[in-house]
Amino acid sequence: MKEPYEKPVIQKLKTGMVNKFGSSPAYARKFRKDIEGVPVDELVERFGSPLFVFSEKKLRQKFREVKNAFTLRYPNVEFSWSYKTNYLDAICAVLHQEGETAEVVSEFEYEKARRLGVPGNQIIYNGPYKPYDSLVTAVKEGARINIDHFEEIADLEKVADELGVKPRVGIRLNMDTGIHPQWSRFGFNLESGQALDAVKRIASGGKLELVGLHCHIGTFILDPHAYEVEVKKMVDFSYTVEDQFGFKIEYLDIGGGFPSKNRLKGIYLPPEVAVPSVDEFAERVCSALLSSLRPGDYPKLILESGRAIVDEAGYLITTVHAAKRLPSGLKAYVLDAGVNILFTAFWYKFNVELDREVYGTSEPCVLYGPLCMNIDVVDDLTYLPPLPRGTRLILSPVGAYNVTQWMQFIRYRPAVVLIGENGEVDLIREAEDLTDIVRREKLPERLKLEW
Amino acid sequence: MNLQRLAINDEGFIFDPETGNSYTVNKTGLFIIKFLKEGKSEEEIVKALSEKFDVSEEDARRDLVDFMEQLRLYGLLEGENV
Ligand SMILES: Cc1ncc(COP(=O)(O)O)c(C=O)c1O
Repeated sequence: MKEPYEKPVIQKLKTGMVNKFGSSPAYARKFRKDIEGVPVDELVERFGSPLFVFSEKKLRQKFREVKNAFTLRYPNVEFSWSYKTNYLDAICAVLHQEGETAEVVSEFEYEKARRLGVPGNQIIYNGPYKPYDSLVTAVKEGARINIDHFEEIADLEKVADELGVKPRVGIRLNMDTGIHPQWSRFGFNLESGQALDAVKRIASGGKLELVGLHCHIGTFILDPHAYEVEVKKMVDFSYTVEDQFGFKIEYLDIGGGFPSKNRLKGIYLPPEVAVPSVDEFAERVCSALLSSLRPGDYPKLILESGRAIVDEAGYLITTVHAAKRLPSGLKAYVLDAGVNILFTAFWYKFNVELDREVYGTSEPCVLYGPLCMNIDVVDDLTYLPPLPRGTRLILSPVGAYNVTQWMQFIRYRPAVVLIGENGEVDLIREAEDLTDIVRREKLPERLKLEW
Repeated sequence: MNLQRLAINDEGFIFDPETGNSYTVNKTGLFIIKFLKEGKSEEEIVKALSEKFDVSEEDARRDLVDFMEQLRLYGLLEGENV
């Protein structure tokens, strides 16, 4: 009988390790004793395990890298921080300090940005579900609203009547850029003529001023060419709108979607090879803009980049709780962190580093989380030397989407710390305890137990 | 060919003594590298793959090309036999 087939794969291990452990490649593992100079041990001692650790230095560096790539190539650029990617106050505050406005997709995110001190006119309000009251607030406070559907046009016209103002709005487009799946459920479709219908509808209502176009073609886009297509289509459409309806399109918001240096499952090339540089994306976007815009016209380019900015700034320290041998012979480890707090484990294969030098031959193993559910797999196949209980693993990059999509299921969510540029360690979210979870519960009198 | 100098163990760990780099390969990758080291042709490897594993020659050929591309990216393959 033939053996089951697996695509041939070769991966490079981090260099420099081999010398440290003699010439045997069996010990070629990755070690990390500290994060930004702060010992892993010390972090866990103070804040427990698991622990999310963010590097302020990396966050600022990455943002500046992305910002410079675009501002070098186009004269009118705004970065708007995608709150859903990571809406911890401290992370948002760093990015607002760096000059980002706020991009929110719910009234909750809107309120969180306002509470942090972001003025309404520095907020971009997106999303398919914007409750009416939140639209009233957003219009009053001068937020930029990108409309998702015809109902929302009607809602905003009502707000306009109610407040006696003419809101300045954008519409979200969806289009074919060669990326699959096409995110066609958001906004108005360009190719079918729906987007033009939306403009007609806005023009005929006469109560809204169309000033912007928005689009977001997907996430972790590895093909820079898709953005070129997106930008060209948006520019063409903006001129159609301007020429036929007399609106002036002041901004083109091309959304987010740039990849981080993470490894998607199933892509075996290291991210350094598979993920195009931010300069490549910037080059495509800006040259597409400059070659399709009319002379002297520089509408604002808005970017809502999320994961590309924050992912690599985040680490998760987790501890080996138990080792097992599965019936298949495969080694398995139970960690104190699973998909409950690492939502992105569903599509990423993280970098795994050990906090100590562990000797012994590496063997294939699987990393499980602490949940009593089969889906709780952090890594379905990695190669590690036999890890003693208590070994800490440092997983990265985990800065994007995990601290917003984490779930409370059967465990408390852990603490989050930020390491400042001078090595200071600040707790930016306390570990949860029972009070966080029961605070909203009410037990009817008749159910009180008398044990 | 650069492959000749590589230290390869049965677990799929590969060490390049000239650069100090190390790599891991999966079983199929290891299988291919051993054949490449022996100077086997691409066609011979494709055939061997499809005989040993549950894979069509067509898929094996495509994957082999892709794998050799990976090797080249790492500087492990040079000119001569490709
Ligand atoms: C409208 C919008 N903007 C920006 C983003 C951020 O995307 P990314 O993290 O891929 O940059 C998203 C993510 O889903 C989004 O829906």
